[in-house]
Amino acid sequence: MLDCGLDMTSTLNFLPLPLVQSPRLSNLPGWSLKDGNAFLDKELKECSGHVFVDSVPEFCLPETELIDLSTVDVVLISNYHCMMALPYITERTGFTGTVYATEPTVQIGRLLMEELVSFIERVPKAQSASLWKNKDTQRLLPPPLKDAVEVSTWRRCYTMQEVNSALSKVQLVGYSQKTELFGAVQVTPLSSGYALGSSNWIIQSHYEKVSYVSGSSLLTTHPQPMDQASLKNSDVLVLTGLTQIPTANPDGMVGEFCSNLALTVRNGGNVLVPCYPSGVIYDLLECLYQYIDSAGLASVPFYFISPVANSSLEFSQIFAEWLCHNKQSKVYLPEPPFPHAELIQTNKLKHYPSIHGDFSNDFRQPCVVFTGHPSLRFGDVVHFMELWGKSSLNTVIFTEPDFSYLEALAPYQPLAMKCIYCPIDTRLNFMQVSKLLKEVQPLHVVCPEQYTQPPPAQSHRMDLMIDCQPPAMAYRRAEVLALPFKRRYEKIEIMPELADSLVPMEIKPGISLATVSAVLHTKDNKHVLQPPPRPAQPPSSKKRKRVSEDVPDCKVPKPLLSGSIPVDQLVQTLEKVGRPVSFPFSQPLLFRVATLFSLSLEQHGFSDIKVEDTAKGHIVLLQEAETLIQIEEDSTHIICDNDEMLRVRLRDLVLKFLQKF
Amino acid sequence: MDPECSQLLPALCAVLADPRQPVVDDTCLEKLLDWFKTLTEAESGLQLLQENACLVELLSHVRRPQDVSPRVLSFSMRLTGIFATQEDCFQYLQQGELLLRLFGEAGPLSWAAWNIPTVRSGWIQGMHTLAQHPSALCFLSDSGAVDTIFSLQEDPSLFVASAANQLLVHVLALSMQDGTVGSHSPQGGAWPTCAQKIVGHVEESLRSPAASQVTQALNVLTTTFSRCHSPWTEVLWGQLSPAVAGLLEREPIPATHSLVDLVLSVARSPVFSSMDHRSLWKMVGQTLGHLSPVQAGPLALGILKLQHCPQQLKTQAFGVLLQPLACVLKATVEAPGPPGLLDGTAGSSMSVDTLLSSKSACVGLLCQTLAHLEELQPLPQHPLPWPQGPLLGASVTLLQLCGGSATPSSSAGGRLCVMLAGCVRVQRAALDFLGTLSQGTSPQELVSQVFAVLLEYLESPDSSPTVLKKAFQATLQWLLSSSKAPGCSELSPHIPLFFAELFPALRKRLCSPSWEVRDSTLEFLTHLSRHWGGQADFRQALLASELPVLVQQLLQDPESYVRASAVTAMGQLSSRRLQARPEHLEAQQGPVPELLHILSSDSEGFPRRAVVQVFTEWLRDGHADVARDTKLFVTTVLQVVSQDLDWEVRVQGLELAQVFLAQNLGCAGHCPYAMGLPEPAPPSPLPELLRTLGQLRLLEFAFRALFDCDRPVAQKACDLLLFLRDKTAPCGGLQEPGGSPNLAAVEASLQRWQAGEQGRPLEDPEPEAMLAILRSVDLEGLRSRLAESSDHVEKSPLSLLQDMLATVGVPEDNEADCY
Repeated sequence: MLDCGLDMTSTLNFLPLPLVQSPRLSNLPGWSLKDGNAFLDKELKECSGHVFVDSVPEFCLPETELIDLSTVDVVLISNYHCMMALPYITERTGFTGTVYATEPTVQIGRLLMEELVSFIERVPKAQSASLWKNKDTQRLLPPPLKDAVEVSTWRRCYTMQEVNSALSKVQLVGYSQKTELFGAVQVTPLSSGYALGSSNWIIQSHYEKVSYVSGSSLLTTHPQPMDQASLKNSDVLVLTGLTQIPTANPDGMVGEFCSNLALTVRNGGNVLVPCYPSGVIYDLLECLYQYIDSAGLASVPFYFISPVANSSLEFSQIFAEWLCHNKQSKVYLPEPPFPHAELIQTNKLKHYPSIHGDFSNDFRQPCVVFTGHPSLRFGDVVHFMELWGKSSLNTVIFTEPDFSYLEALAPYQPLAMKCIYCPIDTRLNFMQVSKLLKEVQPLHVVCPEQYTQPPPAQSHRMDLMIDCQPPAMAYRRAEVLALPFKRRYEKIEIMPELADSLVPMEIKPGISLATVSAVLHTKDNKHVLQPPPRPAQPPSSKKRKRVSEDVPDCKVPKPLLSGSIPVDQLVQTLEKVGRPVSFPFSQPLLFRVATLFSLSLEQHGFSDIKVEDTAKGHIVLLQEAETLIQIEEDSTHIICDNDEMLRVRLRDLVLKFLQKF
Repeated sequence: MDPECSQLLPALCAVLADPRQPVVDDTCLEKLLDWFKTLTEAESGLQLLQENACLVELLSHVRRPQDVSPRVLSFSMRLTGIFATQEDCFQYLQQGELLLRLFGEAGPLSWAAWNIPTVRSGWIQGMHTLAQHPSALCFLSDSGAVDTIFSLQEDPSLFVASAANQLLVHVLALSMQDGTVGSHSPQGGAWPTCAQKIVGHVEESLRSPAASQVTQALNVLTTTFSRCHSPWTEVLWGQLSPAVAGLLEREPIPATHSLVDLVLSVARSPVFSSMDHRSLWKMVGQTLGHLSPVQAGPLALGILKLQHCPQQLKTQAFGVLLQPLACVLKATVEAPGPPGLLDGTAGSSMSVDTLLSSKSACVGLLCQTLAHLEELQPLPQHPLPWPQGPLLGASVTLLQLCGGSATPSSSAGGRLCVMLAGCVRVQRAALDFLGTLSQGTSPQELVSQVFAVLLEYLESPDSSPTVLKKAFQATLQWLLSSSKAPGCSELSPHIPLFFAELFPALRKRLCSPSWEVRDSTLEFLTHLSRHWGGQADFRQALLASELPVLVQQLLQDPESYVRASAVTAMGQLSSRRLQARPEHLEAQQGPVPELLHILSSDSEGFPRRAVVQVFTEWLRDGHADVARDTKLFVTTVLQVVSQDLDWEVRVQGLELAQVFLAQNLGCAGHCPYAMGLPEPAPPSPLPELLRTLGQLRLLEFAFRALFDCDRPVAQKACDLLLFLRDKTAPCGGLQEPGGSPNLAAVEASLQRWQAGEQGRPLEDPEPEAMLAILRSVDLEGLRSRLAESSDHVEKSPLSLLQDMLATVGVPEDNEADCY
């Protein structure tokens, strides 16, 4: 199984979970059907024309119908954003396999899950809505609830216990480390340049190579750069995790982010940045580190609020080997690789586990707050939205591309604060993909259907799709795709003693062949040629050995033939020496032997040979003898019904033209 | 030749001839050659050789390869060429068989040193210099030099090959000049043998299958037609044009660049302009038709720049130039659109496919086309009617395609979208061209589109700093043209609306993390304020935006270029009374103290220079804060400036002083007669003014600057004092003070300053003393000395010879300085 991401957009259908009692949210009117039926008014609330489920948020799980997840042997994780559904799979499906991921992926993935669990568990909600999920009821609801897919499979968030248990099944791997899977294939993670520890995977057998490219970046940010060279010579390249916002250039967006932040703060407003606790935030903090002095923001406090804020900031500094070269070299100075250490030291950046406690004492405005969750449905961000939403001086700047900012903002309407959308997605865009594919040159590309056509809203943007030759194979949800290659060869090892016994013969310059007689031993998808058992010793005693019955019968093999038969020369030979003497069997044996001996000295050739060309070769026709020699590229047949001697003689003649070994 | 030089020359020649004493510095040899060239131009070369036997010895020393280094060998050949320019000298050298030894086949040509490019180059240059007279021509023919030149055309060194081509052209021209004396452009058969040989070789090369030979032949012809405008060139063209036309039949056409150059050089030649050369124009037209769009572009531009050229050909050339843009329009416009110049001849020979063949080809062609059209637009001979509308449409479409906002309906348009999305090169070229198009009259609807696309670029976070700068330039040009164009007066109401959308974008740009963006935005804002600072709409919109406050804040920017631009912008805003409102200022005293603080404390030169420039502007324009107490202002500024380590700041300070002087001396010089005239600000009487200047320490500043170690400062000070002296000269109101004690003090100070002691200031000198000093100092002499370049002393031939002798045998690590 390649990755197991969690679709969190389902939470957008739910009301936010406020940290502090919100009169506005608790007083929202219940929603009733057009006919006035109000049986759903406890479950559904209306806010500015939108309907939300008033319940604990639920998540949409990976597809479980198509495949029995308990039969999955291996899960390969490419980055920490793509493992958020792991507890659902390892803990709730009977999964017994192994998960492979790099260390930073697991550590930061744990932080993300821990934050998610903490956001949801610290605001317990008694109510759990389920009536609305009834298919007949759902049909009556307004969009987008009406169109939500597979609502019956939506599940509440997992627990911390499940997270721990799931992560205990992870096997850590390092970049370029080769891992054998059941002897059948070898998997290798490669740096993908997107996030700390993010990987692309090579899955290869001896003769086939499949690359799985997911969430990769060619930009110079904090992680180790993408390893492109190792992706070359792939039979199939599975491509996914491209940028979600192909029209937004990350550099331009960072500029927008900084400008809008500065403008708001200069006007005395606060800036709210809903974000994940790891990833782009490191780059944003680095940008701000360079920018705040030039923008005159040195005195403005930056707050980072998350249950895992401290761990995230500290983890980032210790994964030196997973960082880009510049940051790695800082470690040897020694300096912290990320400049946020200095921001913390100089008190410009402060971090808190939540808005409760120390934060409320230190809180100073105007300020900039980084906090989660980017969906605006849970986490400390809900509080700041409620607090700052009423003033037009404040600004919320969306930098995470996973959620539609308009939908995220829907339960906060009407909203006075400014909203800026600066999605920063450093993953590959289509131009970079084209370059990558030209460089790597896979035989086939497999990707989601969405990548093979322009975005529906910008159908003219032919540049926003994958353009490669041969055209990419597209897949869609729940579709089974046959990858365009067959496993035609297996590698077989030859035991040294067997190899020693081989006597290669040069059949043409540079090419030698040897015949091998051996026993093929196959176990765990490994094939080994072992020396054949010695021919059974003739029984020394009259007792028969039982063992010899199990040993295969080892006859001396017939020699192998190679080469082609030159028809003209064959015909010439046949004309000269082809015909054997036939004599009646009624002659005495001695006479027959004597005649044969004398005739071999002066043989007679065939005089009535005809050669016909066929589609595959030639037919040499010996009319009088009613015999055919059918010569094709890979076979030769002598059809000679009644004269075995002639057949043998002809066979020997033909064999003279071929090499034997 | 100076006797001193003459004395040193034998020693130098001995050194040069000695292979054990290598000449390290090539530039010395070059200077030596320059000197000899000057000498031979002024006096007889023969006499020089006779008087300085060492020279002939040096030249004849070059006998055996091991005797001489390649550099000196090359030098000797070039020196020989210089002397042999004069026919008598040539014969003198030839008598001694020196010429044959140096340039003949038995000379260096057969040596191993011939493999060194410097030697071959020296041979060609020597030959080129000496080939000036009939004797030289005979020598060339007899010595087989022409064949050597032919072979050098293919030389692996491009410099040598190019020089060989030049020499060939020179020899051809010389031989024709020699051969056609008295007769009028004879036909090819009657040409001198040497010329026939060269023309035959060129013709043969033109028919050669090797592209390099064709290129050389075309280059020779191009140079010939550019330099020689005698009637024989017409015959030459008549003879060779079939071979040239033959090149067009080949597949692919070889040496297209050189072919275009040749065709243009022929077309430009005055020989062909005066007559009806139908066949020539026909061939130019054929060439235009046969070349690919990228190759034909430069030819089309060249044709359109010609003064005399058939109209039909011009139309064809313009069509070729417009083709790529016509394709862009064709690929992106849904309906066929109104018939225009862009869809007439265009597209006939080039399909959209050609444009779309590859991204690099498409981008290259579009950039070339845009650059050519941009070059053509302002020319008086640009084609008429000029398709302003379609060109504007095409430029806007290109910018939209690059920005991703175009919505092409065809598949070709889609492909263009893919190729151009985010292409900075095309964006820059299109914005440049769009700016140029602001000069023409455009339909209002299109102008609105132009402003819309410009705004899109100014707002887009994806605009790179260079693209943004171009967008600013184009915007400024369009704003200027929209304001003044009489045909577009109805558009003026749109401009305030545009400003209303523009200022929020600028606000964001001023907060950009990229310093280049902040810098170019400030410059743009400065231009805007300069042009529209007086208009109510602009003022209202600007004051309502936060821009003035942001400009104020950028005075503290960490990047010095930005600080400098912020200073200039603030200077402009303040002049227009558009600066940030007082509550935003740290101190409510106006901007002068803040800028003075920058002037005295900024660690970088750019902001300080900007401050003095702003102050000078303010003084000139009578800025309110300056006019309140001008004297105090000038004293303070000069006090700070005089301490500045940056010479440009000091020069600017002198400029400010000069403005002050000009304002105060306006009529001081005419005092006896100007008394009755009404004056807005009557100038002070001269003694009082001089006293004031003394008190302001302006004169002290100027006198000190006179001895400044940086020449531009001293020059400026000299100009300033001359200006003051001239203004005060006619005024007889002052007594000559004679040897008053004050004068002595001033003189003493000056001497100290001249000696480099900067410490003690002048102690309040009397005006009379200052005036006397002013008159006693030889300012004119000083000015002329300062006008001489700094190495005038070291440039003398004597110094050169001495230097060369001094450095002989001393290897130095100055290879990197030698070219």
